[in-house]
Amino acid sequence: MEVYLDNSATTVCLAEAAQLMHRILCEDYGNPSSLHHKGVEAEAYLRYAEETFAKLLKVNEKDIYFTSGGTESDNIALIGAAMANHRSGRHVITTKIEHPAVLQTTAYLEDQGFEVTYLSVDRQGRISLDELSDAIRSDTILVSIMHTNNEIGSIQPIAEAGALIKKKNPKTLFHVDAVQGFGKVRLYPKKMQVDMLSVSAHKIHGPKGVGLLYLREGAKVSPVMYGGGQQRGLRSGTENLPGIAGFAKAAESAYENLEQDVERMYALREELTKAVKNIPDVVINGCPGREGAAHIVSASFGGVRSEVLLHALEERGIYVSAGSACAAHKPQPSATLKAIGVEKELLHSTIRFSLSARTTGEEIAYACQNLEEIVPKLRRYTRH
Amino acid sequence: MYKSFLIKYAEIGVKGKNRYLFEEALVKQIKYALKKAEGEFAVRRTDGRIYVDALSDFDFEETVESLKKVFGISGICPVVYVEDEGFEKLGEDVVRYIGDVYPDRDKTFKVAARRARKNYPLDSMEINVELGGVILDAYPEMRVDVHKPDILLHVEVRDKIYLYSEIIPGPGGMPVGTGGKAMLLLSGGIDSPVAGWMIAKRGVKIDAVYFHAPPYTSERAKQKVVDLAKKVAAYAGPVWLHVVNFTDIQLYIYDKCPHDELTIIMRRYMMRIAEHIAKETECLGLITGESIGQVASQTMASLAATNEVCTMPVYRPLIGFDKMEIVEIAEKIDSYETSILPYEDCCTIFVAKHPVTKPNLNIIKRHEQNLQEGIDELVEKALETKEVIVVQA
Repeated sequence: MEVYLDNSATTVCLAEAAQLMHRILCEDYGNPSSLHHKGVEAEAYLRYAEETFAKLLKVNEKDIYFTSGGTESDNIALIGAAMANHRSGRHVITTKIEHPAVLQTTAYLEDQGFEVTYLSVDRQGRISLDELSDAIRSDTILVSIMHTNNEIGSIQPIAEAGALIKKKNPKTLFHVDAVQGFGKVRLYPKKMQVDMLSVSAHKIHGPKGVGLLYLREGAKVSPVMYGGGQQRGLRSGTENLPGIAGFAKAAESAYENLEQDVERMYALREELTKAVKNIPDVVINGCPGREGAAHIVSASFGGVRSEVLLHALEERGIYVSAGSACAAHKPQPSATLKAIGVEKELLHSTIRFSLSARTTGEEIAYACQNLEEIVPKLRRYTRH
Repeated sequence: MYKSFLIKYAEIGVKGKNRYLFEEALVKQIKYALKKAEGEFAVRRTDGRIYVDALSDFDFEETVESLKKVFGISGICPVVYVEDEGFEKLGEDVVRYIGDVYPDRDKTFKVAARRARKNYPLDSMEINVELGGVILDAYPEMRVDVHKPDILLHVEVRDKIYLYSEIIPGPGGMPVGTGGKAMLLLSGGIDSPVAGWMIAKRGVKIDAVYFHAPPYTSERAKQKVVDLAKKVAAYAGPVWLHVVNFTDIQLYIYDKCPHDELTIIMRRYMMRIAEHIAKETECLGLITGESIGQVASQTMASLAATNEVCTMPVYRPLIGFDKMEIVEIAEKIDSYETSILPYEDCCTIFVAKHPVTKPNLNIIKRHEQNLQEGIDELVEKALETKEVIVVQA
């Protein structure tokens, strides 16, 4: 049995999306900027995708910009906003548990002379609105807070933060990295007073290499790439049309039964959490119940190295992640786990299980049963 | 300009009646090394010399880089052949050669002629003197220095006339295949690929054994070892990599033996298994990357304890090297970057906080008695299930 529980790293591509992409690559392959029929046909796909996302996010379609994925969206949002607004101030606020696409970019901004405040989080991985409120200054040009954390699934109070930011400094731009939240929660940037929102396709059964940035009309952001002036000059380069169309297809599908799917994921997550808690000496990280994401369970198994547990599960056909996928190449402990105060001995004993709408009860039962078997076995053999 | 290389070899010239065997091996290795380089080449042996002639367009740098990986080559001389159309023409050719190769001619030189074809009208001394004059006439800024010239221009009169003056150093050593075969214990660290490289340099063909311990070591750790074998194969030719699943043996030792002796006992079993495979594959020795005192399992006492299980010679070319010296070679052979990838190997996964550094062989042997019941079966199973990967450069 193969049980894929690494959906926060990436997901399988929706078959309909892949089929559509194949057609666009092989038949309707025009460049949307071309004047002839092939171009018009291609542009229709682009318009359709813009309309789809505009509807899902309840925003204006000309505020949707397609990118190469979450990392690029975050980069445009942060660097673009900093470059466009540095005359009004050089202060940026973010959190300690952002994805590296944000944290590495703010580190770059620090090199460029910007001052960055990193908000701390509590044991469950949530920021404090009071701390945010205190951090906002008259020269704060940008606040970037992720919606759902990729490692522990904690969800930030985005709407409250949005209201607070706009109250304290109406000129401050608010960016939200919603790569893990989109498709699990209905997100309405305008209602949450979010100026910029990053989304990635391959986390919602879309293709890799495509994502989007919502950018509120009027928000001042400079391009970070220059070229043919596509996408209203913000993101030059021929649009990745197959990717964009596949992305739209996947998003439509994710929204079709969103509430029911999320309900089911919460139930499966509950089941998995319960089984994991039954194993002695296990700590569950992040927010419990409905306050955390429906698709992420982070657990620290005392006395077991995460990499070993990962490979032992792999032998049984169960695929999970040690920390987050991006971090698996580096042996450094995860910044998120450190920020929420996971004990030092448990930093390298933490496994992330991430579900998708396709995960079945049978799969979760199989995973639970194997965990119960494997963990005690691995604990017998450790370093002394 | 260059289309050919004269290959100089040092040691193999003195091997008496075996010389042709060494030359044949060298030719074979040169052909192997050039297989991946762009272009077509002929490798020929004439007059006790080896020449590489390009038969098509080729990339000079890439070809030289490839040849620099062939053990047995002491020098690579890019050579120009000119037709013998009289001495006057030879003078013109030499002048053009110097003009092409040395844009800056504020240099001293000496002509070293060799008349292999004895019916050439001038003898070696005369060629030296006459050509020296021609060069001085053409390039007044050049000066003759017969003791320490900047440019030593070789002019060899054979079927054609060969001109060369540059010698690019080769890696030295002996052609791989002339020294038998040995089994390298490849771990994924910095040392073992370097050890394999050093033994290959002495003409020894290399096979390798890697012990992996899933789920304690990952697929990526295994891939890393394959990549390291590839680095060795760039010099040593195809490496047969034997991958042995060591998990059950390791856990069995863990269950039955004192923890601080785990590494030593484990290594004793690795040596036993490596020797077994080595004998089966007609290897004449084992190679390890050990260096005295580097870690607990590499003290003199520990080495004695692990060495005791083998009858086959164990070659430890790094035995007297410091880590920095090993790293230097690892960087030279391009294995360092791969070696430092952070995947755990099976030697470190269960390592005790305070492993024994002076194991007592009698005590070790007594504790190994605890394994009697099941170990043979586990070793047999490990040998049966081993996987063989032929790693090409």
